[in-house]
Formats: sequence, C-alpha cells, structure tokens
Amino acid sequence: MNDANGKKGGELKVVGKPFRKVDARSKCNGQTLFADDIVLPRMLYAKLLRSHVPHALIKRIDVSPALNMPGVVAVLTGKDLPIPYGILPVSQDEHALCVNKVRFIGDPVAAVAALDEDTAFDAMNAISVEYERLETIASIEEAVAKTEPRIHEYGDGGNIHKKVHLEFGDVQSGFEQADLIREDVFFYEGNTHLPLEQHAAVARFDADDKLTLWSSTQTPHYVHRALAKVLEMPASHIRVIATPNGGGFGGKSDPFHHEIAIAALARITGRPVKITLTREEVFYCHRGRHPVLMKIRTGVKKDGAITAMDFQSFLDGGAYGSYGVASTFYTGALQTVSYDVPQYRFRGLRAFTNKPPCGPKRGHGTPQPRFAVEVQLDKIAEQLRLDPAEMRKQHLVRANSITANYMRVGTVGLGACIDRVVEASGWRDKFRKLPYGRGIGLACGAYLSGAGLPIYWNNMPHSGVQLRLDRQGGVCVMCGSIDIGQGSDSVLAYIVAEVLGIDPFDIRVITADTDLTPVDLGSYSSRVTLMTGNAALQAAERARELLTIAVAEKLSAPIENITFADRRAFDVEHPDAGLSFAEAVQLAEAKFGTIGTVGSYTPPPSPAKFKGGGVGPSPAYSYSAAIAEVQVDPETGIVVVERVWLAHDVGRSINPVLVLGQVEGSVYMGLGEALMEEMSYRPRRNLVHKIPSMLEYKSPTTIEMCDVKTFLIEEPDSAGPFGAKEVGQGPLLPIPPVIANAIYDAVGVRIDEVPATPEKVLAAIRDKAKGKEGRYGPKVVPRVDWPEPLRVPTPAQGGDGRAIPREAVHSRE
Amino acid sequence: MMRLPRFEYRVPTRVDEAVRMMADAGPETNFVAGGTDLYPNMKRRQQTPRTVISIMRIREMHEIRGDGGSGVIIGAGVVLREVAANALIQANHPAVARAAVLIATPLLRNMGTIGGNLLLDTRCNYYDQNFEWRKGVNFCLKKDGDVCWVAPGSTKCWAVQSSDLAPVMVAVGAKLKLISAVGERMIEARDLYNDDGINYLHKRPDELLTEIHLPSRERMQSTYHKLRRRGSFDFPVLGVAASVEVNTDGSIENARVVLGGVAPAPIEVKEASSLLAGAPLDDERIASAAEACYDKARPLDNTDFVMGWRKQMARVYAVRALEELREASKL
Amino acid sequence: MTETAFLPHKTLLELLREDLALTGTKHGCELGECGACTVLVDGHPVLSCLVLGLDVEGHEVTTIEGMSQGAQMHPLQETFADLGAAQCGYCSPGFLLAAKELLERDPSPSREQIKEALAGNICRCTGYVKIFEAVELAAARMRGESAEPAREIVYGYE
Repeated sequence: MNDANGKKGGELKVVGKPFRKVDARSKCNGQTLFADDIVLPRMLYAKLLRSHVPHALIKRIDVSPALNMPGVVAVLTGKDLPIPYGILPVSQDEHALCVNKVRFIGDPVAAVAALDEDTAFDAMNAISVEYERLETIASIEEAVAKTEPRIHEYGDGGNIHKKVHLEFGDVQSGFEQADLIREDVFFYEGNTHLPLEQHAAVARFDADDKLTLWSSTQTPHYVHRALAKVLEMPASHIRVIATPNGGGFGGKSDPFHHEIAIAALARITGRPVKITLTREEVFYCHRGRHPVLMKIRTGVKKDGAITAMDFQSFLDGGAYGSYGVASTFYTGALQTVSYDVPQYRFRGLRAFTNKPPCGPKRGHGTPQPRFAVEVQLDKIAEQLRLDPAEMRKQHLVRANSITANYMRVGTVGLGACIDRVVEASGWRDKFRKLPYGRGIGLACGAYLSGAGLPIYWNNMPHSGVQLRLDRQGGVCVMCGSIDIGQGSDSVLAYIVAEVLGIDPFDIRVITADTDLTPVDLGSYSSRVTLMTGNAALQAAERARELLTIAVAEKLSAPIENITFADRRAFDVEHPDAGLSFAEAVQLAEAKFGTIGTVGSYTPPPSPAKFKGGGVGPSPAYSYSAAIAEVQVDPETGIVVVERVWLAHDVGRSINPVLVLGQVEGSVYMGLGEALMEEMSYRPRRNLVHKIPSMLEYKSPTTIEMCDVKTFLIEEPDSAGPFGAKEVGQGPLLPIPPVIANAIYDAVGVRIDEVPATPEKVLAAIRDKAKGKEGRYGPKVVPRVDWPEPLRVPTPAQGGDGRAIPREAVHSRE
Repeated sequence: MMRLPRFEYRVPTRVDEAVRMMADAGPETNFVAGGTDLYPNMKRRQQTPRTVISIMRIREMHEIRGDGGSGVIIGAGVVLREVAANALIQANHPAVARAAVLIATPLLRNMGTIGGNLLLDTRCNYYDQNFEWRKGVNFCLKKDGDVCWVAPGSTKCWAVQSSDLAPVMVAVGAKLKLISAVGERMIEARDLYNDDGINYLHKRPDELLTEIHLPSRERMQSTYHKLRRRGSFDFPVLGVAASVEVNTDGSIENARVVLGGVAPAPIEVKEASSLLAGAPLDDERIASAAEACYDKARPLDNTDFVMGWRKQMARVYAVRALEELREASKL
Repeated sequence: MTETAFLPHKTLLELLREDLALTGTKHGCELGECGACTVLVDGHPVLSCLVLGLDVEGHEVTTIEGMSQGAQMHPLQETFADLGAAQCGYCSPGFLLAAKELLERDPSPSREQIKEALAGNICRCTGYVKIFEAVELAAARMRGESAEPAREIVYGYE
C-alpha cells in the first residue's frame, strides 16, 4: 500500500530497534499523572453506594440522612440519570445509577459528592435503600432452566441474552468423511483483569460550561458518546481525556457508572468531582473473561486433517450485556484461522446471571475455545499416534486464503513458530519421554490485529492521526489512541520518526483527548499498532511529500532522490548537499503555508457478509506456538510451570523489546488463568463474590512466574504498518492449553477445565489410579432449543459470504 | 482509597507506660505493633478501636537475647525480617526462622512483628471483607451478625488460626510473657490459643505480649511446612510444625506435631506424639502419625482451596515434615 | 526534612499523596496485598498504606521522587526504562524501591534472590521477566561493569 512497507529491515533506522518508550522516563520516576493523581481546586470526592443484594426491585431510597450531613454537597439516584447506555448499540441495558432494579451485588444505586473522601464514605453508608428481593440466577444451567424472574426484559427469551447458530458448508458430510470423530466437553472459568490501577476519574465543568472528564479508560471515544447520551449534552460540549491507564487488559473498555455519575455531580455542584474506586469495586466493574462451557465435535482423517468441526459454547454473561454479543460470536469465530476446517458449525448462547458483568479480557472470547481446540487436538494426536507438533503443521490454514467462515487470512507464520519452539525446547527428545511427574506440551493460538468492524455501525475511519510540523523542526503527532502500557504512544513516534528521518524523541505525542486528537476507537482488540500505525504512516508520508517537493526544488534534485534520515533531508546521489530537517520544514512552510497533514485508516471490507459476520474479521492475524515444561507433584496435584518457549508471528516488530514485553506479559496472564485465577461466587450466600481482594484473587507473584524464551517470527504482512501484526493478546492464547497438555504428558491425566488447580489434578490422578479415565472436567452441556442455523456456503462451495435466505432454507427442507 | 476510621493514637516508650495507658483507656483499645493485621481490619471496619497504642517505640521489646544453651528470648516487637535472619534463631530453632521467612511478603516482614503474628486475628473469607460485603451476607457471628456462614448451625465461630509461627511455638514449647497493669505472667504457647474463632486467645485484652522465650535446643529437631497457593503473600491454609527430641540410640524421646490453618487454634496432634515416642522414626510410624494428622485436620470452606483437598494435604505434609526431621536427626 | 500537620488516622500513603503532593507513590488495594505503595523507611521497603503518617516522624522516607538525584535517574530507573520493565508504570515505583534496597544489601543477587526480594510486589503487565533483567543489568552497572543487555533480552532468541 505504500513504499515504506517495501523497505527492507536493514534500511530502517527506527522501526525494529529497541528504543525506549517515549514515556519511559516518566513511568520510572513517578512523574506520570494517572487519573487519581489529578487534584483540582475546590474538588469534591465522590463515592457510589452499591447494592448489597443480588437481585431486587428498589422500593424506596432515602438520601436525606446523607444530604443532611455536614460536608455533603450532592447526592444522586437513578431517577436523576434515567437514560440507559451500554457499549454495544444492541445492549443499551445499563444505567449510571440503577433506576428501579438491581441485578448484582455491586450494582450502583446512589452517588455522593462531599468535601472529602471520609465524609463521602460516611454519607454513602447513611443512605437507606429498601429492596424487594427477587430470586437469583446463578449459573448458565440455571439461566437455561429458569425463565423467571427475568434479569432483563430483552434478549432471546427468559434469561438468555443471545443465541446464535451458524453453519458454514455441510458439517454432516464433513463428519461422514472422517476416520475419527471426537467429542469433548470443556469448561473455562471466568477471571478478571486485575489492573494494578483502580479505575479513577475526574470531572469538571469549565468556564465555558463545557465538561471535561479525565478517566482511566481504554476507550475515550465510547465514553464520550455515552456521556453525551446520558447527560443529554451535545458531544461538542464534552471533552474526554483518557489518562495513562495503570493496566487495562480490556477491563477499562466499557463506559462506566462512575464516569457518568461524577460528570452529573460536577454539573449540579459546579465543582470538580473525583472518584477512585476501591479494589472491591474494581471486581464489581469486572467485564472480564466469561466462564464458558464448551462442547466440541471434530472429525479428522487418519493424518489429522480436520474434515468438520461442530462447536457449542455457553457463556455466563453476568448481569449486563456489555460486549457480550460480540464475546459470544468470538467464542466461535477464530476456530478456523489456524488449521484448515472445511466445514464448520457454531452454536453459541450467552446467559444473564446475577453476577458482575463479563466482557472483554485479553483475547476476548477466544482463549476459551482455543483451550478446547488445542487440548482436543492433543487428544486426537494421541489417538492417531501422531506427533502433535507435526500433525498441526501438516494442516495449517493457507496464507492469503479465505476460511470456511469467511475470515480473510494474510500471512501465516504458524509453521515457522512451531518449528522454532520444537527445536529450541528439545521437543523430540522430551515428548512422552520424560520421567513421571515431568511433562512437556504444545499448543498454538491466533488472534486479530484489530476488529474489522467498529462497535457502532459507521463507515468512517477507525483511526485518525494529525501531524503538525513547525518551522523549528518540531513534529507533533496527535491521535485518539490511549497508551495502556503497551507503548502505543511510542509506536506513533517510531513510525513518524522512521518516515521523516528524525529521532522518535524529537516528536511530541498527544493522544487520547477528544478535543485535541482525531478519533481512534480505543485500545482494544489489538488494533492500535496496525490501525493507528497505518494512519500515522499515511500522515507522515503526506508530510514528507510536501517537504520533498520543497527540498527538491531547493536542491534542484529529482523528487525521487530526496531522502530523509538522521534529521536531514538530502539527495541520495549527493548526500553531503542537504538540509537540516528544520530547514526542510521551513522551505515547505514558505511554499505551502503551515504544514499539517492527516492520515486515517479504515480496515478493508470483510468478505463475511452474513449476519454475525462482523465479529472475527481483521486486517491480519497473528500466530503463536508455545511449548511448556511442567513439574507435577503426584501426591498433591500441584503444578509448577518451569519454562515456556513461545514463538510469535508478529509480522514485523516495530520495537522488539516492547514486543517481547507483550509476549512475556501474555504468558504471565495465561499462566495465572491456567493455574489459579478465578472469579468465584457463593450461590447459596446471596451470590456474593467470594474473594474480591488482591490477596484472595490469586495473581501469580515473581515466585510462580516461569522462565520464558521468546522467538519472534517476522514475515511482514502487507496489511500492517511496515508489515506489523499484533502481539498484545495472541501470545496468551496457547498458554492454558499448553499447560493442560504438558500436565497430561507429566502424569497422564486430562484436565479439561481451567484453572487446573491442584485438587482437580489430584482427583484425576486418583481416578486414573483406580483404572478409570483419569480426567477432570465437565461431562455435559445443557439441552437448548437452538434456532435454525444461518446457512452460509463456504468459499470452496462457491459461496459469496452471504447466508442462504431463510425462506430458501425452509423450502429446501 | 480505603481509609482508616478515626482513632486516638498513643506511642509509649516503655512497657509499664504502655500497660498503664491501656488500663486508663479502657475497652475499645488495641495495642498495635506492625499494623499489618490491625490496620486492614480497621479499614474494613472489622475492628474499630477508639484508641490505638503502638508498641513500636518501646526499645526493650525489640531485642533478641540469650544464647543457644539457655534458650533465646525474642522481644515481641522484633520484626519478622529480623526473626528470619537472626543467626541465633536460625542455629537453635530453624523452624522458627523458616516459619518467619514464609510469612506474607518481604515488605510485610519488614513491618509485621513476631508478637503480632502470634496474636494474628483469626481469618475467614466471610469475615475478612469490607463492611458493604459483610452487609451482603447479613454479617457473621464474628462481627455484627449471629450466624456462622461457614457452619450455619454452629454457635461457635470457625475463623481460622492463620499464623505461621503459632503452631511452631507450640511445637517447640515456647513460653510467652504477658504483662498488664496488674502484673505479669508466663504461659506456655499452647495455652495462649483457644479453639474459638472469636475468643481465640487466652489473653486479656489489657495484657501485652512482651517476650517469646524459646527453650534450649538440646536434642530437638524442628521444622515447619506451609501450604499456600503462591510462594508469597498467602496465609497458610495448612501448616505442619513438628519437633522431635532424639535419643542417642536414635529413638524419639519426645515428639510434637502441630497443625495450623485448619481450625480456630493450632491443633496439637497428641495421637501422633504418642505414636512416635519411644522408637526410631520409621516409615510405618511416620505414616501412622500422618494418618492421625489427617484425622485431626478439620478444614472448612472459608479459606483458599477446597476443604477436602486441604484435609488430604495434612497427611502429605505431615509425612514430608517428619521425613525431613528423620534426615536432620541422622546428622 | 519536611514538617507538616495532618490528621492522625492518615496513613503514610495518604500523607504523601494528599498532603505532600508526592503522587509518585501508587495504591492498588490499600490493604497490604499488592506492593504498589512501597516506599523505603530508613532504607527498608515497607507498605505505606499500612504505616501511619505519625509513625515516620523522625525517620527517613524515600519515595520514587527521591530515587533520582535531581534530574539524574538511578541506574535501576535507567534500565527499567531501557528494557520496558515499566509497561503501564503503575507498579513500577514500588518495584524500583524494593529493587533499590536489594541492590544496596546485595550488589550481585542471583535471579532467585531477585525473585524473593520482589515477591511482595504484583505486576500484571510484564510477567516480571523484564523487571528481573533490568535489576540484573542495573546491578552489573552499579558494580562498575560496562554491561549491555544480552541480545535475546531485546530481540528475542534466534
């Protein structure tokens, strides 16, 4: 798409180099201002009163004891903010403060603003709320079985939020061609992001009566929209500034109650208002990994070639929609992008339950099915007496192809990833050969480099970048993207610096401010490097073009000879006769006026035209392969992961040291999910969250973290800037299955459930000692009346990405 | 921010001053040392004393005295880092040093004291929650409520003894000095604990624990094995402290096996002691003693991990502790 | 030396952030369960969320702001910046101060000793690997060695 993509690695001065992040210094000396670090004159402190009952009608709220307390300035309840909102247009089911019903312990019912936090806390506890209790829905099974009471008045009946059924090709004939058909049931427990920074926000109405909200959000643009809607204000009167996120992982991607509530409090009090959530409240905000029960039926030939796959997923969504409809589709979308799956069927169901809402966490909806697929493939290889690494390699999805469910795949470095970890780990000498108690396993993964479609329907760019060059050589890049620690601000600087031949630290980066920066949809779906990178590339190339014209004229050199490097512009044939970068800008400014350019990025249209085909398409897919070596104590079931070898197909590293950091962080988060992290509730005790604390929600410490050996596979993909694909989420995906597969190699038992806690491993070991199967995991899925499938002929069948119209389906039957 | 409730704060510099302050302040007063147990409880409103008396500026409570021969005296205000690193303790009572280094995190060991750990409030995941959470279950027997949610029929509170040092002190036969405005007394460590999650100490609130007296080591070998989810941070969900005194012929004169983390008090498994006494530590005896530990362990569903597995681990961990002692006594 | 007046129930964390405007010290739980609020008191790392402001009267407190000498960052801060050991940066002040104390105590810690010393700080971004590597690199430089990171630390394994 542009000449920069064609550059060879050796010619690049910035891209591919391990530069510091542009904000590295302030992150290390305490200067970075996070949302809670902001202090404004006359600022008030807010607290939210949250429901202590899981499901109830609000009969009466008495806020007068709070309002009468000295130091309390304002109190709001649901009736003050009656307009619903939600991240997806199809799930506008949240209120800033519950209007007449609470749906989980932690649902906010009132907001208090006071002179100090102590007073706000006391005032919050002085509010009395009378509830009329309703029965609760605690689980997927209960939601399927009990249609009343309904948690919401919308959805696919009873307490089912969403039911989907898609069939690509002819699954039945695919199974008929199989030599072996395996059916397995898996469960992946829910877990949460646990960012170190608790969500915080500050709202202020400025002198011109416009609202500014600073918030630790991954999606300032969506918060902007939600504020405008609920506060009934023109969006042009609202400015959202996303502060650097102290960890996001998907947990700060929804508009939140507290953001809207403090904006409303600021409006009625005329004073700035700050809120910082407690750790317990962060657990209630949740939006983390959905618990997913899965049934997977796969047909294979003797050589492991998949002939058909039939996948069912059941998601426990918690109390609200959040991203849930997208999450549901994601549990069925990416099964096809690693290995060739010619016929594919997916059924998905999301249930409402009276628990904190689930949503997107690193890997959004795909780690669960990935666990099922990769563990099942390990079982299939065992049954077919094939090496699991070789078997996978033989049946990889083809590069530059369209899958049965219309995902357009570009470069596929998965084969190279498998080769690299197999070789480095000594796989051939270890697999099935290590002593009892020690084991090695392999698993793979694939992930999006950005969602191909926006969250609300529109045909505008997903990312915009503005570039301003001043006559003293300063370059300012402005973009709506928000740095959540992954280094997205730095990526903007690196790319612009590469194109303009300057140092990344010469550049001023301004991001995530809806007044100052063009829209970027946010830091989610691993979209930022690819999308903002492409937008920045375009803006920088447009600026370079202007500078080139002016410089060529000055040097009397042909335009194609002008090169920018080392803060200079020069004729490649006469490199000594050049100008400084600042002089180049001056010439251009004299010629064209003030130099400012824009760039934007819109993903290519997806070949998936069927309903539901909006989830899964991406400009490019990243691939990972992992091998883990574990030690299992057969007397306790305790699993220690000693080392993970992970190869990741990143297309091209914009900055390798940051790419490694994303891989290592993904391995860490996957390790926690695989072994110990879980959101757990007490169904018989009011559905309280069992452990809403940093102590009891078990995040691995330095002691549990395994050794990681990372290999970067760089085969540039033309969709990405300089060929870059994502790295922030993909490397997490193989971790839970690779550990399960390694446990099997170590002690011969199958843990078909995440997390693989010691009691489960020990139970399976004892089961096996009794001559039984040696498996721990679910056995059945609920019986559900699925809707008629949406039938989509595959590309191989001559399909065009559209479903067969329903009437036609019926008449055929 | 979770904030502390308001309270009065006193900082005496001598023990007599501290106990007099306590007598004067009356009920709703707490001593505090490192604060790593009391302050989280206060932030969660599990404890809301009106007056808090810090012992951290009482110099005499921060000393480690003695030699191996006549035992070791540890001031109750000595921080856990120093207990773990002290050469005298390491040489004479390695189990004490080991238990200390396994407590919480390096940061918390710089703050928390040996006395504070021995007096640690019992823990339960229906109790160690903030006010709003506890309201969600209508509170519990230990604080503000009338039901023990762990065992709803029970009139007793089942919050768990979660100190790593408590079972070790019982196993090695430590003595504790308690001082109040009306006098002082020495008690056996085992007599400090009461098998009730609410009244978990046989110590009056006005008594200040000032010293821990470790006996002379003589022929004693001791060890401590801790079960927890992570290698840092976590409280024990099972602790096995064991000590043996070995005769020159290799037979056991005295043995004590004490379980922590599975009941409101440390559990001394007397059956194990009598099974082990009078003969060398062999596989069979170790297995029987471990079985006795398994029988005695009564974990409930109020800590990390499922209780059935924790009970089974009592057997495994007891075997491992006793096998370690067998190896050590061969040297 | 700072003199300040504040409410007696305030923690050192609150005192630093709210009364002294030293917002470099972070908080993640306020219950001693995460390590984000680590500061040094008389050189020892402690959790400022569980220390009363009153308790540090007469003691030396080092926060992240005091780790640099003026604009000159500490070698640990430099290596954390170079290796991406600070991703979101929220846990970084705590890790940096805990690591500083470690290197003052032991100039050549092993990987295991680094893990032990930092086992009271949770990081959700990095998986700790870059943090360990940054501590090792800073330790080498503080010992006077002209150390550069190994190739695999910045480019991955071949």
